[in-house]
Amino acid sequence: MTSPDISAVNQGRSAFGTERVATLPEPVAPGHEAIGSAGALGSRTSILFASIAFGIVFLLIWQFLPPALGVPSFIIPTVTDLAHEFTRMVARENLLKHILSTVTIATAGFIIGSLLGAALGYVLGMSVLIEKVLSPYLLGLQIAPKVAFAPLFIMWLGYNAWPKLIVTILVVFFPILVNVLQSMKTVDRDLINLARAYSMSRWQIFWKIEVPASMPALMAGLRIGATLAVIGVTVGELVGGNTGLGYLITFGEGQANTAMVFNAIVLLTFVGILLYGAVAMIEARVLHYIPRAVR
Amino acid sequence: MQNTASVLDLIGVTKRFVAPGGGSALTAIDRVSMTVRDGEFVAVVGPSGCGKSTILNLVAGLDRPSEGRILLREVPVEGPNPSVGFMLQKDLLLPWRTIVRNVEFGLEARAISRAERRERALRELARCRLSDFAGSYPYQLSGGMRQRAALARTLAIEPAIVLLDEPFTALDAQTKLILQKSFAQTIASSQITTLLITHDLMEAVIMSDRILVMSERPGRIVEEIPVDLPDRDNPLARISAPRAREYVDHLLSSLHLEEKAA
Repeated sequence: MTSPDISAVNQGRSAFGTERVATLPEPVAPGHEAIGSAGALGSRTSILFASIAFGIVFLLIWQFLPPALGVPSFIIPTVTDLAHEFTRMVARENLLKHILSTVTIATAGFIIGSLLGAALGYVLGMSVLIEKVLSPYLLGLQIAPKVAFAPLFIMWLGYNAWPKLIVTILVVFFPILVNVLQSMKTVDRDLINLARAYSMSRWQIFWKIEVPASMPALMAGLRIGATLAVIGVTVGELVGGNTGLGYLITFGEGQANTAMVFNAIVLLTFVGILLYGAVAMIEARVLHYIPRAVR
Repeated sequence: MQNTASVLDLIGVTKRFVAPGGGSALTAIDRVSMTVRDGEFVAVVGPSGCGKSTILNLVAGLDRPSEGRILLREVPVEGPNPSVGFMLQKDLLLPWRTIVRNVEFGLEARAISRAERRERALRELARCRLSDFAGSYPYQLSGGMRQRAALARTLAIEPAIVLLDEPFTALDAQTKLILQKSFAQTIASSQITTLLITHDLMEAVIMSDRILVMSERPGRIVEEIPVDLPDRDNPLARISAPRAREYVDHLLSSLHLEEKAA
């Protein structure tokens, strides 16, 4: 929030004394207020410390409890085992190549799937007829487990990057399509009527009202899509190919290298967090006009 | 006012809606005739469901009458018309646009330059005393200020007539009074022709030159009451005038509200 806005609102308060300013530029969520009043000044930092402390305790238990109970490290490797295995993977298994492959395919699949899903969502939202004709098939496809198609794509396209990419696109596609379509169907009729009264064309109504109005739903779809993209690429790598973190899971499994499997899972989680974080950042920029307490 | 030109004429306008199941048609308004003259402020009051909003949609060209004719400056209304501005209970500001960009919205279907659009929007914001908020987003404004911004957007298209559909209903009592005064000042100083649709009898009395009373569905105009009070630009002065109360009492009996409450 820029300072001129704040001063403008404050001026407004004095100029129109009895007219209340409903929302301040940076409203504080009710929950935050409650924490603030209860935990006094450093509440936010103390919560952060508590979170970190919990993580450390968890890692310590993981490190020492299984050996103390006599669980062998090929069942549950300790944290230090994982760290050793990680350095070995970097040195011997060309780990960076696998990470890069997974990140690239997840990102590309996510972007392509989002674009296709959003585009079809807008087309179906514009045309009631097409939507009615296609909706039973779309519903069927939406329910079908998309990752189960992975072996098919491998049979068709071979052991390369394409099956993984297509599975990723497919799993990302549907939640975004559904969200965009839903938002197109629920745009405020009065807003559309207002634009019509201003003699706007169908195309202008689409760009000036429907697209911006669908942004919150699109962003929610992208958040879901970001997490699904990692699942898609993982399944693709699990069933075919010889690159990627998903492949390292099957490879580690074959060698009874539990630590490698664990490490691959952890790294896949980080890839997911990365993608999700990127979407969250874009969302914060796109939806800046929605007060934070509501979002 | 009698000799000035008419801006809006409804001549025997009937609107029927066909039920979705294909059943019998529902008559929303029945043979409504009225005239709004240049610079006049006319209020339409009536019970809920009497077809007040139907009139608005017909005049705005969003809907077509089943029978009768609607003339705007003696030209038949045949679709959305750039010389009609309308405002609803909801402010309908676009949350993703700043206030000044919201005011520009109505001008964007027209072939005018970006600079002129901005200039006109800023002028309307000044008229509605919102210049300081041009760069704010709607969520940063109070309900009353948002309605003023909506009025600025409505006036920016320089309409021949402004249709107000219960624009003060969603506001609290004090904000409502302040906003009524603010609207009355803006409208009086610019001599804008206005049709106000409301269920608030006092609002009709303190803001208008003339009140049309509608019956329950099917809506018909049952009475026409000229409001002979001074201070049309200041509803706060009118509200305390003893004769304003008399008008409201008359409207109450005209709508048979006491009998219904009994």
